[in-house]
Amino acid sequence: MTREIKYYEALREAQAQCLESDRDVVVMGLGVPGPTGVFGTTKNLVDDYGPDRVFDMPSSENAMTGMLLGASSNGMRPIMVHMRVDFAVLSMEPLVNQAAKWHYMYGGKMRAPLTVRMIIGQGWGQGPQHSQALQAWFAHIPGLKVIMPTTAHDAKGMLIAAVRDDAPVISIEHRWLYGVSGAVPEEMYETPIGKARIMRPGKDVTIVAASYASLLALRAAEMLADVGIDAEVLDLRTITPLDRQSIVESVRKTGRLVVADTGTAEFGISAEIVCAAVEGASESLKSAPRRIGLPSVPTPTSPALSEHFYPRAIHIAEAAAATLGTKVQLTEPATGKWHDVPDPSFTGPY
Amino acid sequence: MTPETAIGGNARPEVDVRQELYRSMLRTRRVEEAIVDRYAEQEMRCPVHICIGQEAPPTGVSAHLQKQDHVYSAHRSHGHYLAKGGDMPAMIAEIYGKSDGCAVGKGGSQHLIDLDAGFICSAPILASTISVGVGDAWAARQRGEDRVIVIYFGDGSTEEGAFHEAMNFAGVNKLPVVFVCENNLYSVHTLLETRQPENQTVRRLGPPNGMESFDGDGNDVEDVWRLAEYAVNKARNGGGPTLLEFHTYRWMEHCGPLDDTHLGYRSAEELESWKARCPVDNYRDRLIEDGSVDQAWLDGAEKALHSEIEAAFTAARNSPFPNAEELFRHVYPE
Repeated sequence: MTREIKYYEALREAQAQCLESDRDVVVMGLGVPGPTGVFGTTKNLVDDYGPDRVFDMPSSENAMTGMLLGASSNGMRPIMVHMRVDFAVLSMEPLVNQAAKWHYMYGGKMRAPLTVRMIIGQGWGQGPQHSQALQAWFAHIPGLKVIMPTTAHDAKGMLIAAVRDDAPVISIEHRWLYGVSGAVPEEMYETPIGKARIMRPGKDVTIVAASYASLLALRAAEMLADVGIDAEVLDLRTITPLDRQSIVESVRKTGRLVVADTGTAEFGISAEIVCAAVEGASESLKSAPRRIGLPSVPTPTSPALSEHFYPRAIHIAEAAAATLGTKVQLTEPATGKWHDVPDPSFTGPY
Repeated sequence: MTPETAIGGNARPEVDVRQELYRSMLRTRRVEEAIVDRYAEQEMRCPVHICIGQEAPPTGVSAHLQKQDHVYSAHRSHGHYLAKGGDMPAMIAEIYGKSDGCAVGKGGSQHLIDLDAGFICSAPILASTISVGVGDAWAARQRGEDRVIVIYFGDGSTEEGAFHEAMNFAGVNKLPVVFVCENNLYSVHTLLETRQPENQTVRRLGPPNGMESFDGDGNDVEDVWRLAEYAVNKARNGGGPTLLEFHTYRWMEHCGPLDDTHLGYRSAEELESWKARCPVDNYRDRLIEDGSVDQAWLDGAEKALHSEIEAAFTAARNSPFPNAEELFRHVYPE
């Protein structure tokens, strides 16, 4: 029987094992050695690995990213942590202009084995600046790798793979996954970057998703199963480099496609996935692909507004049913009074 | 503490060091002139930021650096690269976009690199390499490696937030860094007084970030040499970072091979006044006067440099362009 732990515990374990096995690994970020340890993901690591390797930083996201870039090209394998994606926006210069191009623009002579963890907030009034899902920004930049693990197993395995990767890797973690448990081996292992995974096999329609949207897709698949529709859920796990082959293979099998993403739908990653399916499997497509994402408005704070802002599993299920052109009566499982928490155990504030 | 007391008076370098300082400045000057002379041929198809007039700071600083020390630069990088011992043919080939270039033609003049020489990188986004160099210094301490990091930048970079962020971190952690500002008064065509408070120095920004700072005549290589000796030794001996500001001036246009006084943002008189303070010629005259060099030595130095530079340009022209497959190499490390 494999041990089950929560997503945040898997992230912590991955970092602990990286620190343990490689002297050049360090973890830095605001609050990393602090009392709450970035939602538990770095908690008490400083006790085992010391303040030289697990440390806080000045509120200087730009230069501290550049600093770790310089460290990474001189032998270190740093992990940088942002409690919210939104703070990483301050570090776009060193990430986009420098780290992403480091290997290429110096003719292959430089490497930037830097891992940057960023957390997407959702609900409980996170509002416009604590909730952005900017995976499409980073995926748009050649030279960066972007991962969005969904399960506790992949959270651990992909973070270890990211730390060992010689390219800069952006790890985008959804806050609502942190409390989800899953089977996680105790030993150190890698989940390969660049490979999607079929979470649920099916034959009628493919739902491609990533991160928290993959969990919604699984719930959508259950609703669809109740009405006799067999959905396949393909969990991307990696945004770039994109596993086009797995997308194409699944669409060839089902002939139908829905994409679900935690980010803004317009100009988001869903467009690229639809494009991959059209380019690689157009002869198999029996209906027009659909996508589920956020509307093009900033995130509202009030729960009365965010309820209409974030798509739910039912919306993915409806889109999937629509690709089959069948009229079905889908039933959404009963939820609590509030839509702005992942489950009743979440009581804020972030 | 004044610079004079910090560095122990106006000590001069030994004669052999004076000769090497002059030869190094002259080498950069002649390379830059060779680029200027050929740029109109339209074979060097990338922006070039010519450092004629600014040869003294990298020369005086590099005189104190060892091979394992690391240098970071910005867009006006040729002098920094050459003074640290960067491979000249690889630099010229890089500007020509050739496969023998130091970055296989993927970087050009603005992304020079020579890891063997300790010239780590250069990049044109202002202040972008400052934090990277600070991270190098931090990594050196973390890994128990002995090296000093020198980071060159212009006055414009000191207006970027990233400069202050990186200075602060270096000051807090007492890292072995020498921050070298070449203040040439202009950011492209925008005057210093438009950008920074009146009657201030860049030097003023050292103490608030926890480090000593000095300024000196950036057209006097021995002034640079003295200040750099203090700052480099301090960094090497665990004394932490120093900010050095050198007042200097670029002769050519911001980017390209021409005189740009016709644009009106600076006057021909101002340019001439700085040319009268030429770091290379004035030092030559001083060395002749004090007997450090004679005409035969000078002729020999010129002749050797001419041969070296001509050979580098010939090699660069003869080097093949990178193959089309090179376009897709090195996006991710293999």
